[in-house]
Amino acid sequence: MSVPLHAGTESCVGAEKGEITPVLEKQADELVSRYPISKRSAVLPLLHLWQETFGYIGPRGVEWIARKLSLQEIQVLELVTFYPWFRQQPYGKFHFRVCRTLPCALGGSGKTFAALQKLMNLKADGHEGAMISEDGRFSLEYSECLASCGTAPVVLRNDEFYEKVDEKRATELVAGCQ
Amino acid sequence: MSNCISIPMNPWNHDVAKDEKDLVDVQIDGVWLQMPRGLNVVEAAHRAKKFIPHYCYHPKLSVVGNCRMCLFEMGTPKMGPDRKPILGADGKPEIAWMPRPQIGCATGITPGMGIRTDSPLVKDCRNGVMEFLLINHPLDCTICDQAGECKLQEFSVEYGTGESRFVENKVKKPKNVDLGERIVLDDERCILCSRCVRFSSEVTKDNVLGFVNRGSYSTLTAYPGKRFDNDYSLNTVDICPVGALTSKDFRFQMRVWFLKESKSICTSCGTGCNVTIGSREGKVHRLTPRENEAVNSAWMCDYGRLNFHYLEDKERLQNPLTKAAGEHFPAPWGDALNRAAEGLRKVQPSEIAVVASARMTNEELFVLKRWMDELGVTLVDTVNRPEQGDQFLRSADGNPNTRGAELLGLSHGGRKLSTWGGEIAAGRMKALLVLGGEDVVAAGIPAACLAQLEILIASAILPNATTRVAHVILPGAGFAEKSGSMVNVHGRLQRFSRSIAPPGQAREEWMILRDLREIVTGGNSLHSIEDIWKSMATVIPVFAGLSWGKIGDQGVDLTHSLPAEATAK
Ligand code: SF4
Ligand code: SF4
Ligand code: FES
Ligand code: FES
Repeated sequence: MSVPLHAGTESCVGAEKGEITPVLEKQADELVSRYPISKRSAVLPLLHLWQETFGYIGPRGVEWIARKLSLQEIQVLELVTFYPWFRQQPYGKFHFRVCRTLPCALGGSGKTFAALQKLMNLKADGHEGAMISEDGRFSLEYSECLASCGTAPVVLRNDEFYEKVDEKRATELVAGCQ
Repeated sequence: MSNCISIPMNPWNHDVAKDEKDLVDVQIDGVWLQMPRGLNVVEAAHRAKKFIPHYCYHPKLSVVGNCRMCLFEMGTPKMGPDRKPILGADGKPEIAWMPRPQIGCATGITPGMGIRTDSPLVKDCRNGVMEFLLINHPLDCTICDQAGECKLQEFSVEYGTGESRFVENKVKKPKNVDLGERIVLDDERCILCSRCVRFSSEVTKDNVLGFVNRGSYSTLTAYPGKRFDNDYSLNTVDICPVGALTSKDFRFQMRVWFLKESKSICTSCGTGCNVTIGSREGKVHRLTPRENEAVNSAWMCDYGRLNFHYLEDKERLQNPLTKAAGEHFPAPWGDALNRAAEGLRKVQPSEIAVVASARMTNEELFVLKRWMDELGVTLVDTVNRPEQGDQFLRSADGNPNTRGAELLGLSHGGRKLSTWGGEIAAGRMKALLVLGGEDVVAAGIPAACLAQLEILIASAILPNATTRVAHVILPGAGFAEKSGSMVNVHGRLQRFSRSIAPPGQAREEWMILRDLREIVTGGNSLHSIEDIWKSMATVIPVFAGLSWGKIGDQGVDLTHSLPAEATAK
């Protein structure tokens, strides 16, 4: 879970870098046009688009999407914080998600997680949000059921899916990050 | 609906049926009743004198159905093969009860519907909901402002078990969050009903509040960098069913069960929002809106709500004062009034002018008018108080009783008043009464000019530039310290009753004027507000047939009887 945000106390993170290109604008407008009845329904597709483009969703993305859909920023932020898939800070170049729901937990995902954490040289305990390596190369977090319980423990590396990831397999996965 | 509705029509208003005459049969806890079709089940139960507990439901906001406290058992008529309801021995439809409970707040009644608000299933549901709601609750009732009027407390007692089976760790959330200029939030107390979020999106439409995160970590917040500061923000403190949203002004000041409540109206602008004054031992602690669909619905502005602290201003005038050798000295009421009367007797009635105030009550103005008529004084006007106003409740008229002053013929919209400086300078105007705390210096008559008057009498509750040069100062009472009635900008006559005593020797102004009248003209009647009304009802056509009692707590719409020119604006 991410830290609750509060007005006037802490803001999320610095604005996402990078240009908002005409191509991005066009993609966004196309997504919005799919929801002729309620523009608001385009929030999720736009959040995905933004995250795929900039790597994470900071205040700049929230405000851009809110403006596009004539919403208030808080209405966008609510969703960003609701879905664990959306992130408010940049992740590593290789982002690992280790399933910790019961079947995977029984299958040893804790050990997998610990192995990955050691290999990536990450310090925090990993139970609250993602950990990122200092060089920005790796990041690691727990996730809930990835829908392959029969082959526990399972791991997502960016968008690739790996089954039966024991400590040995974890080492290979990290080594394979090029 | 009458034309005195001042607030934009609320699209929700679940407590008002679409058509009060289109009735259907419903069975509520075994009793068959007739209720308007489609009426919200929480409201239908309420009309049947049954209570369905609820948190997220508010009659003036959209329905979200997120708290589940209003679960009830619902049934529909059993249908025969002919698609007609099967009737029981009593001639009423037999009811087939649904195995699962429904939420009352999102259900409208239909013909033949069965509603159970107190069955074992319903009790069980409420019990379960309460247990869940309390899982992460900090239980800091002992230091919580809401204690005593908290729905979580009340429903725990009424529907809860009194003990928790929760042995895990509670989720910690932010406390003492500075949400805006006037509001502090305690997130641990929040039950996520979203009433405040809906208020800010549906009523004030500034939409800064929302929930971030999810599950037990869901947290109410304003968007980072935004403040919940609009002029209606404190209404969320009222509608928050728990102690999550607290008013900085009232926070930690007083236990609510010590408050004496009295029905009043706000006098900070021409709208006259209906309010409840909460006071204790002669001190006003808070104003809260009192529902009146014809005026303010369930809301009021923050400005009006907090505009009562002047009642305890250290500068309050507590004694009648008379001026001798250029200085003010306290005097007994008799002496001060005699001095005033003496001064008035020395001049011709045509040389006397009165600055009445559109902040005064109808009763005060009427006693004044009586006295002026008896004496033959005709020069009178009020001070205008134009304000910005907003599109919601705040009126562009900063005076609460302009219409009343007009009805009684005591206001000329400040037009006359603007010439009086010249009249005084020319020596044609020799006595001036400035009532209701008005300040004629601020209204454009220089103090040096006032100094030329033979007598200047001022009644006020706080010193101002006019009282400073007055020969006689008569200490009056603030709105919470007196009884009276006013007519709001929409032509609604409303009354308020004294909640606390004025400080020291200060008195309600109608009494001051009554006593002054007796000394000056010998007029001796109008000994109570009721007396005044008896007389007013015969003299003022618009008030015909009315009495103090008939005004009631919700006021009376006068628009049908108001003179045309007064209605036109
Ligand atoms: S702060 Fe109060 S009104 Fe707002 S969601 Fe929480 S409990 Fe409901
Ligand atoms: S809108 Fe006017 S009458 Fe209503 S609370 Fe505000 S100041 Fe008072
Ligand atoms: S529990 Fe890990 S994939 Fe389902
Ligand atoms: S009052 Fe019906 S669900 Fe909250």
